Amino acid sequence: MARHPRIGVLAVQGAVVEHERALVDVGAAPVRVRDARGLADLDGLVIPGGETTTLRRVAGDSGLIDALRATRRADLPILGTCAGLIALADDIVGGDPTLVGGLDISVRRNGYGRQVASFETELVVDGLGDGPLEAVFIRAPVIVRVGEDVRVHATHHGHAVIVSAGPLMGLSFHPELTPDRRFHEWLVDCARAYARRSARQTKEGLGVGA
Amino acid sequence: MADQAGANGRTGTMRVKSGLAQMLKGGVIMDVVNADQARIAEAAGACAVMALERIPADIRADGGVARMSDPDLITGIKEAVSIPVMAKCRIGHFVEAQILQSLEIDYIDESEVLTPADEAHHVDKHAFEVPFVCGATDLGEALRRINEGAAMIRTKGEAGTGNVVEAVRHMRDIHGGIARLRACRGDELYAAAKDLRAPYELVVAVAESGQLPVVNFSAGGIATPADAALMMQLGADGVFVGSGIFKSEDPAARARAIVEAVTHFNDPAVLARVSAGLKDAMPGIEISSLGEGELLQTRGW
Repeated sequence: MARHPRIGVLAVQGAVVEHERALVDVGAAPVRVRDARGLADLDGLVIPGGETTTLRRVAGDSGLIDALRATRRADLPILGTCAGLIALADDIVGGDPTLVGGLDISVRRNGYGRQVASFETELVVDGLGDGPLEAVFIRAPVIVRVGEDVRVHATHHGHAVIVSAGPLMGLSFHPELTPDRRFHEWLVDCARAYARRSARQTKEGLGVGA
Repeated sequence: MADQAGANGRTGTMRVKSGLAQMLKGGVIMDVVNADQARIAEAAGACAVMALERIPADIRADGGVARMSDPDLITGIKEAVSIPVMAKCRIGHFVEAQILQSLEIDYIDESEVLTPADEAHHVDKHAFEVPFVCGATDLGEALRRINEGAAMIRTKGEAGTGNVVEAVRHMRDIHGGIARLRACRGDELYAAAKDLRAPYELVVAVAESGQLPVVNFSAGGIATPADAALMMQLGADGVFVGSGIFKSEDPAARARAIVEAVTHFNDPAVLARVSAGLKDAMPGIEISSLGEGELLQTRGW
């Protein structure tokens, strides 16, 4: 696989260019996704931080949220950060409807408080690279419930802050604001595996391969 | 410095302050004067609201001294929405800023739209945990504000006019200034810093990176989806819309249209669709009809 994995960055609103730079650092080719057409031929996707209400309004009206749900069900690897974590959560406390879903967790928006409570800290991470991780939390969501099949890679004061299930990973903080690239590397690894799998299925579908 | 050890970790760091502005990019920040307008803005997809008593067009019409808004009004707006809420203090009025911080506002705009409280000094923004956004008309002014601790810049434009011409001028001035620094030899940056009246270290950082060290939104005169997309194509990270929404005939529709225009700023077909059937925009003001004393953009030093 010489080619660079094509990783979409959802570009409705939020920290898009920061994720693009991180993806380039780990050998991926980022593409901006603004509508459902932009989801074609991707090997992976980042849902960045931003405002959930803006994402819900703009992407909901255009049909992009429905398309994202279909893409997620087809097992496209997705990394969601902050608002992206909320998008991937099956349950949002307070009654907001699920956006994309897929992660069996409950999240509370702005659960750490307003901007004056935003903070940075160091995390100990299980199963993703070595060494402590600098993490920047900005009006971050709190994960208040984690389902049985969801793996917790790090906690902070008793709450999970990095979770994954299959090809989905959600973080309540912003790895795109720090130089550590382990999450983007994880996504690119998943994207390569996904690309190999879809290439094989395409061949089988065409009756070319075994 | 404002950095503190909070219950969860270090709060008030520059990364935390400028990080919130990074999350607002590609979005629209709307002026609102009450909770109902705030809810309309949020439902339209605004990424934040600016809570204030009078929008700039009314401040301009009413005259007199314009000050920080009543804390009750700000608190009412904070309670009405889940998106970030900003509020304005007067230039140099650090006590208004202290009050806004104690109200746990998410961003303070040290704004030329209000009547300046100090004609020599801006607020020392490093001393606060809440991040600040400040206006700028050119690169030197932007860098002076960043040096004082601003975690976000907005080009000033001419607030309350519904006329985008000054917003365009200021955005082009900043990007032109950056391009000139990029072209400088290293030994020319000392004189460049002197000409810009900006700290040498920040001038070097901009010359090397080709961008401001913080997010830069456009403000002051944006009235239509096309205006918003114009500013995005000129390099804005997002837009503030003040009077343009709630001085128009159908604010909810216009707010939604401007939000879409900022997401799809490079797609003329989408811009055509969202521009259609919006009813009347706010009536605009020709800048040359304003006297020198009526310009807000010249406030700030």
